[in-house]
Amino acid sequence: MGRTIPAIIDAYHRDPSRLMDILIDIQWDRGCLSDWTIDQIAKILDIPRVDVEQTVSFYHFFSKEPRGKYTVYLNDSVVAGFAGREAVKRAFEEAAGCSFGSVSPDRLIGLFDTACIGMSDQEPAALINEQVFPSLTPEKARRLVQGMRAGLDVEQLKGTDYGDGQNANPLVRSLVRNSIMRKGEVIFSPYAPGRSLHKIASMTPQQVIAVVTASTHRGRGGAGFPTGLKWELARKSPGDVKYIFCNADEGEPGTFKDRVILTELPMLVFEGMAVAGYAVGARKGILYLRNEYRYLRAYLEHTLEEMRRLGFLGPLVAGKAGFEFDVKIQFGAGSYVCGEESALIESAEGKRGEPRDRPPFPVAKGYLQKPTVVNNVETLCAVVKIVLNGGPWYTAMGTKESKGTKVISVSGDCRKPGVYEIAWGFTVNDLLSEVEADDVQAVQVGGPSGSCIGPKEFDRVLAYEDLATGGSIIIIGKGRDLVRDVVLNFARFFREESCGSCVPCRALTAMSQVVLERIAAGKADRSELQAFAGWAGIMQKNRCGLGQTALNPIVTTLKNFPQVYDALVPEGNGPLKRGFDLAAAVADYDAATR
Amino acid sequence: MPKIVAFRIDGKPCQAAAGSQLIAAATENGVYIPTLCNYPGIPPKGSCRICTVRINGRLATACTSRVMAEMEVQAITPELEEFRASVVEILFAEGNHLCPSCEKSGSCERQALGYRYHMTPPHFAYAFPERGVEAWHPKILKDHNRCILCKRCIRGIRDEHGKTFFAFRRRADRLVINIDPETSRDVSDELVRQATEMCPVGAILRKEKGFDVPIGKRRFDRRPIGSDITT
Repeated sequence: MGRTIPAIIDAYHRDPSRLMDILIDIQWDRGCLSDWTIDQIAKILDIPRVDVEQTVSFYHFFSKEPRGKYTVYLNDSVVAGFAGREAVKRAFEEAAGCSFGSVSPDRLIGLFDTACIGMSDQEPAALINEQVFPSLTPEKARRLVQGMRAGLDVEQLKGTDYGDGQNANPLVRSLVRNSIMRKGEVIFSPYAPGRSLHKIASMTPQQVIAVVTASTHRGRGGAGFPTGLKWELARKSPGDVKYIFCNADEGEPGTFKDRVILTELPMLVFEGMAVAGYAVGARKGILYLRNEYRYLRAYLEHTLEEMRRLGFLGPLVAGKAGFEFDVKIQFGAGSYVCGEESALIESAEGKRGEPRDRPPFPVAKGYLQKPTVVNNVETLCAVVKIVLNGGPWYTAMGTKESKGTKVISVSGDCRKPGVYEIAWGFTVNDLLSEVEADDVQAVQVGGPSGSCIGPKEFDRVLAYEDLATGGSIIIIGKGRDLVRDVVLNFARFFREESCGSCVPCRALTAMSQVVLERIAAGKADRSELQAFAGWAGIMQKNRCGLGQTALNPIVTTLKNFPQVYDALVPEGNGPLKRGFDLAAAVADYDAATR
Repeated sequence: MPKIVAFRIDGKPCQAAAGSQLIAAATENGVYIPTLCNYPGIPPKGSCRICTVRINGRLATACTSRVMAEMEVQAITPELEEFRASVVEILFAEGNHLCPSCEKSGSCERQALGYRYHMTPPHFAYAFPERGVEAWHPKILKDHNRCILCKRCIRGIRDEHGKTFFAFRRRADRLVINIDPETSRDVSDELVRQATEMCPVGAILRKEKGFDVPIGKRRFDRRPIGSDITT
């Protein structure tokens, strides 16, 4: 506990739009955001208490009660489950003397579940006080708790077995491993910082946009919007102040490539933001970074300082008068939906991450109502190379509608999980042989919001025109229980991550989890299976991508793996409800009349 | 003067100011597009999704969409009406709606839409959530069982400084409306009246008051919701 609450708030000029920063600082400084603290914040910022509380209560990493001197957030993703999470969880619980979702009686250790933390190639993994502890085993969990009881700080708990590349940088010192398994022609090709900035300094912004447009480069976050067009729209939007956001929220379960890019090539990312800033006419950039990657903070801040020193950022980028651009880092606080660009903007403004109605689109009215471009980490990196090498160089790679390369995150049942930069046009089969996966039951392409496909479709092509993906590829081996180990986990995930604003999303994510549990328990009826198709149609009418895709795990497995459901929900039970348990239904009566 | 433009809803020729709110323009042109979260005079939010239409084929909520010249709107189609009926049912199953004992019965828009869509027992399993009734406020009774989280109170009720009384708390299906103890402390009777009137269901009620309009003479007791609009 260092600074006082007023001091923290003053550091952000008592600006309510900086509420996220204020809350993050206080949460990390004091371990919780108590009712008293919320009152203080509301008073000093002169905003209603409920407005502070709506932000506090929205994000997973904010809490009203203390979560222990050591707070363990154990990843609860599908791949973590594959890798033996349950045993690690039990080991933590037994050693700490409390169950997940609570704090030990001596208040030393808090154990909590968390959604995918971007370490799918090194699961089970946990965050403990900002630091990542990958590849956990029950034995390691017990040793960690012993260390906590012995009063070791998190650095001591971590040890020095640092990961490869910049993970071992003195400013990172992380156990995380990059596992870059394949370097492609764009993102991981040789890079000399700053060259693109000097090149565009002799071009007009329109010329820069023309190069990007000619490359037909599309957004790499998953939606695939043409980058040149997005910039053009933002450039044409009236306004003196515009913003470039780099979306580093990377919350899609199974994806971790942005973490690796930010670790190895942070200058490339920031350089891409500066190129975007020049093209659009924006002087301010914001890297919206998920809190799970907070361990990179000092390193990234240092990188920004270096770039200012080198003239790659600041008032006179590349020595060109009028080329002003700088970047700040905005952290999230645990919310998947904030990866949606308008929710991300809301979050950066200090609010709950509720997607906005569109139009207006962010390019017209975004952050603080100003024209805003939101681009994915990888999108911005590719732009630097496109500017240097030209559109034709880029369009020579890939397929008809998908040019360039794609960085994908491969995890699950294979011998070589990690990051692969491939040219678009790879088939799933190509990929499976490259990552050494055999006995594959299914592949989850594009994370839970994508689709789950079976061997019949492994000749399909990774490309916007066929299997589009933001980069998450989860391989599901034949030994896995598709419904219990995969689909149910995804259903829980979407239920938890829905912002709750649209009725269909809020209600049907919850209801579908309940039905799935009944299916998994063999207590569902055929009519309940058949209802899902209609539910998916209802979900199509939600506001954002989360709501529109949240039933994809169920819908795509029902379509591609009907036999799995047939086994759990056999035909023919007549009018009888399988789920009806007579003994349980009359238990109260039995007890009362005994 | 805003430019008046021509457009069509389900083939019917309509006219409205370019850029005006589509759902309001539809009303002016005698087309009723059902909604639960939209309310005249407050910023739209598009959260109930009931007013979803197709504009030139694309799905959009009529409350957040603007009128453009020559736009083709599909509003009352089997697909969309079935969707609306489902959302009304979902809202019923998601909360605890016990109409016979509710003060708002007969003036409740959600109940009225249930009748409009001839709702029978929902096809969606009742969630039976455990939700409370908040009665600490001197003037307002907040019954979370009935709340459909439409945000009308959040968007529409402000004090003279523009401060809100209501906000969301939490997310997903744990979402609730929170009442600010400070800003709402000296809330005027008029604002409370507005809040209860704005609430489409019986989730915000005035304490120590009720049944001013007897059952049988309420808004939707004799005429279905929307029948005052459709020409």
